[in-house]
Amino acid sequence: MKFEIVRNRKWFFLLSGLITVAGIIVMLLFGLNLGTDFVAGTRVQVDLNQTFQESQVLNIFKGLGYKVSANDITTAGTDQHTAVIRLRETISTDQENKIDDALKKQFPHEKGTQVDTVSPIVAKELSKNAFYAVLFASVGIVIYVAIRFEYRFGVSGIIALLHDAFIVISVFALLRLEVDIPFIAAVLTIVGYSINDTIVIFDRIRENLKNQKVKTLSELETLVNHSLWQTMTRSINTVLTVIFADAMLFFFGGTSIHNFTFALLVGLISGAYSSIFIASPIWVVWRSRSLKKQS
Amino acid sequence: MVRWSRFIAFLLIVAIIFGVTGATTKKIWSKIPLGLDLRGGFDILYQIQPTKGQTVNSDAQKATIAALDERLAAMNYTDPVIQAEGTDRVRVQLAGVFDQKAVKSALVAEAKLEFRAPDDKTVLLTGKDLVNNAKYETDPQTNAPVVAVEFKDPKKFADITQKYLQQPIGIWLNDKLLSKPTVQTVIANGKATITGMSSPQEAIKLAQLLNAGALPFPLKQLSSTTVGPSLGESALHSTLVAGLIGIALIFLFMIVMYRIPGLIADCALVAYMFLILATFAGMHLTLTLPGLAALVLGVGMAVDANIITYERIKDELRNGKSILSASISGSRRALRTILDSNVTTLIAGIVMYYYGTGAIKSFAEALIAGIVVSLITAVFLSRLMLMLFMRSNLIKNIKWIFSGKGVQTK
Repeated sequence: MKFEIVRNRKWFFLLSGLITVAGIIVMLLFGLNLGTDFVAGTRVQVDLNQTFQESQVLNIFKGLGYKVSANDITTAGTDQHTAVIRLRETISTDQENKIDDALKKQFPHEKGTQVDTVSPIVAKELSKNAFYAVLFASVGIVIYVAIRFEYRFGVSGIIALLHDAFIVISVFALLRLEVDIPFIAAVLTIVGYSINDTIVIFDRIRENLKNQKVKTLSELETLVNHSLWQTMTRSINTVLTVIFADAMLFFFGGTSIHNFTFALLVGLISGAYSSIFIASPIWVVWRSRSLKKQS
Repeated sequence: MVRWSRFIAFLLIVAIIFGVTGATTKKIWSKIPLGLDLRGGFDILYQIQPTKGQTVNSDAQKATIAALDERLAAMNYTDPVIQAEGTDRVRVQLAGVFDQKAVKSALVAEAKLEFRAPDDKTVLLTGKDLVNNAKYETDPQTNAPVVAVEFKDPKKFADITQKYLQQPIGIWLNDKLLSKPTVQTVIANGKATITGMSSPQEAIKLAQLLNAGALPFPLKQLSSTTVGPSLGESALHSTLVAGLIGIALIFLFMIVMYRIPGLIADCALVAYMFLILATFAGMHLTLTLPGLAALVLGVGMAVDANIITYERIKDELRNGKSILSASISGSRRALRTILDSNVTTLIAGIVMYYYGTGAIKSFAEALIAGIVVSLITAVFLSRLMLMLFMRSNLIKNIKWIFSGKGVQTK
C-alpha cells in the first residue's frame, strides 16, 4: 500500500495552517509592498547595463531634488544591472527627460528607462477592478464546479485555491516584493491553475465513487487515497512541465516579468500541493459527516 | 497487419504541421503587433479638462480623440491606439522606435496662431480661421522656409488686408512673434504665407500643428508608462530565448516519459504554437510581456491535456486492454476531465479580460486564446494522430509506447 495521504491529513492541515498563520502575522506586521499600480507615484526602471552602487543612483535623484531614501531604490535583474527607483510623486514628461539625461550622463551604457506614473484616482480604480476580478472569478468557478460536480467539491476546491493565492501573497509580503498589476494577473492564473489541477483529481474520485458503494469513513479514506495515487503521475508530470517553462522565464526572461514569474512559481508548487494534500482531505472530512448521518 | 494507408495519413499530418509552421512562422511573427513593453513606446492616460463654458461629455471625448489622431497622423505615426476610457479620459498608446520626448510634447502642445493688428494686441484672425491644408514651401526669392496657409473666409481676409494696407500685421504663434510682414496689396483669394521660421523642420512642424488644429480641450496627464526602445527589445529577446528553452525542455520531457506518443504530443505542440501565433496575427492582438508568459504557460496546459490522456491510456493498459482499445477508451475518459479543468481556467480568463486593463487584459487574451487553441490541438489533433498511428498497427512492441512500470499488454 502506498503512503496514506488522507489518513495523515492532520499533518498537512497543520502545515498549511502554520503557513497561513505565519502569513497573517507577516501581513499584519509588514503589510504589502504596493507598487505604483496601486499607490500613486512614479516608478523608474532603468537597465544600466553595468554593475552599480545603489548610492550612485540615489545621489543622482537627490541631485535632481527628489526626496528619496535608500529604501526607495532596489537592484533587479538576474545580472543585477537594473535599478528600480520609487518616487512618491507623479512627474511630468519634462522631469522624466531630465532623469533620463542625468542617468545617461553617469551611466553611458544605459539601455533605456521605463517610467510609470500613476495618479491617485487611477490607482484607486485599478485596485477596485483587481478586487472585483478576483471575486467574480472565484464565484464563477464555484458555480461551475457546483453544477458539474457537487457543491462540496466546489467549496473544497475553492478553499485550496484561496490557500494558494494566500501563500503567494504572504511570500510577497515576507520578501517585500512589489505587488503590481502583473502580480494580480499571476494570482488569477494560480487561481485558475489550482482549481484546474484539483478538478482532475476530483474527477477521478467521482468516477471511483460510481463503481463502489462507500459506507464508512475508512472506506472513503481508502477510495480517495487510491484516487490520489492513480492520478499522482499526472499531477507530478504536469506541474513539472509547467514549472520548467516558468522557471526558464524566471531565470532568463525579461526583468519586468521577474516578479510575475516568481509569483507563478510559488503558486504552481502550492497549487500542486494543495490539490493533493488539502482539497481532497477536506472533501473527505466533509463527506464523511453525511456518511454518519446516513448510517 | 500493418495498415500503410493510415501510417501515410499520419506522416502526412506531421509533414503538414512542420511544413506550414516552417514556411510561414517568420512571416506571421512579423505581423503580430508587439506591445510597448516589447519594442519601446509609451502609454499615456489623459483626463480631458473642462474649459470655460464647455463641459466634458462624449462629444468632447470624440473631438479630443479626433484631434489627437490628426496630430499623430500629421507627424506620420500611422498606427497609434487612441481609446476613450470612462467618460472623460483618453488613452494614447504608441509603440515602436521614435523620439518619445518630441511626440509627447507635441501631443499636448497648443498651436495658438494669431494674426494681430499693428497694435500687437487686437486679434484679427486665429488658427481656427484656416483651412486644414497648410504646407511647407520655400520662398522663391529668398529660399527661406515658409508655410503656405489659406483662410476659410477669403472675404474676411480681403477686408483685413484692405483695412491695414501698407501696415504691418503680426503673426504670432503661442504669443511669440513669428513675422511681421507689411501688407502690400489687398489679397482677395485668401492665400498667404507665414515667414520667420529658421529651418525647414520648424516650418514643417508648424504646418503640421496648424493642420491638426488646436486641441478642443486641455489635457491633464493621469498616468503614463514609457519604455525605452532598447529596453523593450532586450526584454523581448531574453523572454523569447527563455520561452524557447522552457518549451525545448517540455519537448524532451514528453519524449522521455511517453516515447512515441510523447513525440506525437510534441508535434501537436508545434501546431499549437503555430496556431496561437496565427490567432494573434489574425486578430491583431497586441503581444506584451505578460502575454508572452501566458503563451508559454499555455504550452504547459496543452501538455497537461496530453499527459492526462496518456496516463489514462496507461491505466487502461494496466487493466489488461489491448493498445488500440486502451487508446480509444483512455482518450474518451480523459476528454471529460480535460474539458472540466479547462472551463474553470477559461472562466478566470474571461473575468480577467472583462475587468482588466493593459497588462491584465493582454494576459487574459493570451490565456483565453491558449485554452481554446490547446483544446483544438492538444485534444483533437493529438488524438487524431494517436489513433491513426495506433490503428496503423506499425508498432507492436509496447516498449515504444510509454515508459514506466506496470504497463503491459496481453
